[in-house]
Amino acid sequence: MTSVGLGPDDVRTRTFAFPARHFISVTDLTIPEVHRLLDLAEAFVAVNRQPNKKLDLLKGRTLMNLFFEASTRTQSSFELAGKRLGADVVNMSPRASSITKGETLIDTAVTLNAMRPDLLVVRHGSSGAASLLAQKVGCSVVNAGDGQHEHPTQALLDALSIKGAFGKVEGLVVAICGDVMHSRVARSNVLLLTGLGAHVRLVGPPTLVPQDAARWGVEIHHDMKRGIAGADVVMMLRLQMERMQGALVPSTREYFRFFGLDREKLAAAAPGVRVMHPGPMNRGVEIDSDVADDLRVSLIQNQVEMGVAVRMAVLAGLAARLDEQA
Amino acid sequence: MRPTAFIGARLIDPESGYDGPGAVLAADGVIAEVARGTSLGDMAADIEVVDCQGRILCPGLVDIRVKTGEPGAETKETLKSACLAAAAGGVTSIVVQPDTDPAADDPATIDFILRRARDIGLVHVHAAGAATQRLGGERMAEIGLMHEAGALYITDVDRVIADSKVMRRVLSYAKGFGALVAHRPADPYLSAGAAATEGELAARMGLPSVPAIAERIMLERDLALVELTGAPLLVDQLTCASSLESFARAKARGLPVTATASINHLCFNEHDIGDYRTFAKVDPPLRSEADRQALAEAVAAGLVEIITSAHAPAPAEDKRLPFDEAAPGAVGLQTFLPALIELHLSGEIAFIDLLRAATVAPARLLGLPAGRLAKGAPADLLLFDLGAPYLLDADTLLSKSKNTPFDGRRLQGQVLLTMAGGRVVFRA
Repeated sequence: MTSVGLGPDDVRTRTFAFPARHFISVTDLTIPEVHRLLDLAEAFVAVNRQPNKKLDLLKGRTLMNLFFEASTRTQSSFELAGKRLGADVVNMSPRASSITKGETLIDTAVTLNAMRPDLLVVRHGSSGAASLLAQKVGCSVVNAGDGQHEHPTQALLDALSIKGAFGKVEGLVVAICGDVMHSRVARSNVLLLTGLGAHVRLVGPPTLVPQDAARWGVEIHHDMKRGIAGADVVMMLRLQMERMQGALVPSTREYFRFFGLDREKLAAAAPGVRVMHPGPMNRGVEIDSDVADDLRVSLIQNQVEMGVAVRMAVLAGLAARLDEQA
Repeated sequence: MRPTAFIGARLIDPESGYDGPGAVLAADGVIAEVARGTSLGDMAADIEVVDCQGRILCPGLVDIRVKTGEPGAETKETLKSACLAAAAGGVTSIVVQPDTDPAADDPATIDFILRRARDIGLVHVHAAGAATQRLGGERMAEIGLMHEAGALYITDVDRVIADSKVMRRVLSYAKGFGALVAHRPADPYLSAGAAATEGELAARMGLPSVPAIAERIMLERDLALVELTGAPLLVDQLTCASSLESFARAKARGLPVTATASINHLCFNEHDIGDYRTFAKVDPPLRSEADRQALAEAVAAGLVEIITSAHAPAPAEDKRLPFDEAAPGAVGLQTFLPALIELHLSGEIAFIDLLRAATVAPARLLGLPAGRLAKGAPADLLLFDLGAPYLLDADTLLSKSKNTPFDGRRLQGQVLLTMAGGRVVFRA
């Protein structure tokens, strides 16, 4: 990690105002801005490794976590990020069963808006929900995952992990493997990593990779060994159980045999390959524990650490914009 | 095993189109030499010589649609009885269908079938795997693992995958593994409960019937899904003129599709169910004479590239029932060759074209080296007498079930010798 020697002062000098009020998609930032954001996040990594992690960039601000879909790691990551920056953090998890889409989402937004939060972090099961919410509230909205569309802070933390391990993203071969079809993580990563100059490959059975993804500037592979041959980074995606019992994939064992990451398949990758997973993992389905727990290749724990830092950087950037507008 | 020399034969090689005098030397399980018009070169002393006396020597037949009852219904047919019938019929490669009990929808069952066949050691037995779990048409079967276990193609056999989403996924998923999918086109709702083809005859006989167009309706959907997914499709059993038109259009547009025809639909028409003869009840039901002729023309023109026997054993207790209750299907392994010869003698299709459709064409589609008289090809050979007519007595068939519409028919094409993998597996 290049964070050695960085501290709170670096955070202050590196903080910059976001170009827009909301952060819905990785395309809301230009590539130079992404680089600035990653530099800022590195400073936060250093701060987070100190005993005193508390800063005051968001002092007096209210951060609301609005998670329509259950999430442990993303929600606590945003909560920690907000608290370490000095914000007041409120977690709300409206029960999915009591919420129907469309009008009620807007009703919720209007109600929350009346409580005058400054930052609203939202996760919702429908693609486009974060964008819809952003049109109805006066605060900044951060997309923490909308349906099968985007999860931009995940892509940023993945880029930060890759940068930490390789010193760069440009020129690396990144294989994103598994259920691309239903993955917002994959979509955000394709946009961000190709933008940063990586060669991205999508690997999975044809039932889990959209036919039209070939037009995203990526390579598509249906044979895992070929797909990860020479890859510097292998990013595994989570496959939900209900998709594995014959609908899109015949069975767990067939999936693991052909698309699960084990030592044998990983041997086809480049020397020094690093393995990533957005979590939570299905061990023995998309990834073998043997690989997931090998700290020489696995960046999975590192991803979680980078997640807090990247979210601090995003919140700081949005808050800086709010300060400018004030 | 001693090498075998077949001399003085009339060779017919469907791959090269050669039809003329010659000799073949089989050694170590493969064809070591093919001599056209001349005699074989230096022959070692320790060699078995078969004097063919001008009879036809051709590659053994390749039948890619053979049902057995193993596992699950061994009273109908076992793998062994099917192999014996195949050997006696000059069929040297068979692809057994996955509609067993349990269905061959996982690699363990494929493995079981292939192992049993190896122990029997007669003809080459290959297996097809189910497309959906328990042939239910809903959830995909383990296509990748079955393909790896040796399943030659993927099919739900007589069951139709009604759900287009499932069919689309099966096609594209299988394509990812390079596995071929076969599907029988029949609209399941129009054909539910039908025992005959809709028409004047079925109306007069008072039989529940299905319009022939039900085939085209499902075929058009399948062809559209091939266009969407780019996946190759084996259209299982085309039977009528209107679907042949659709199929021809798809082929002309370059879609990766191949079709099969069964000897039943090439040799019989709806009138053969005559006085409610359940032996002539097959699935899909026999069609009109116009449809039969269109099918024969399609084979002659090369549009339909593969002929199968559609071997479907059904024991007497399943056939001796009122027509609409009787089980469909006919055994075909031992009537495969005589059926081809009948189509040849009637002048409808040239013999070389028939032979190609029953040997090298299916072998090539499924990646098998069989079906050719060429150096290095497996020594799968069929020696038969084109001229000897005989009356078929169903009771003499080696299948455990004797259900054949050819019973009592005058046939030509007596198999004299069958060799599979260099071993003589049948001798008359």
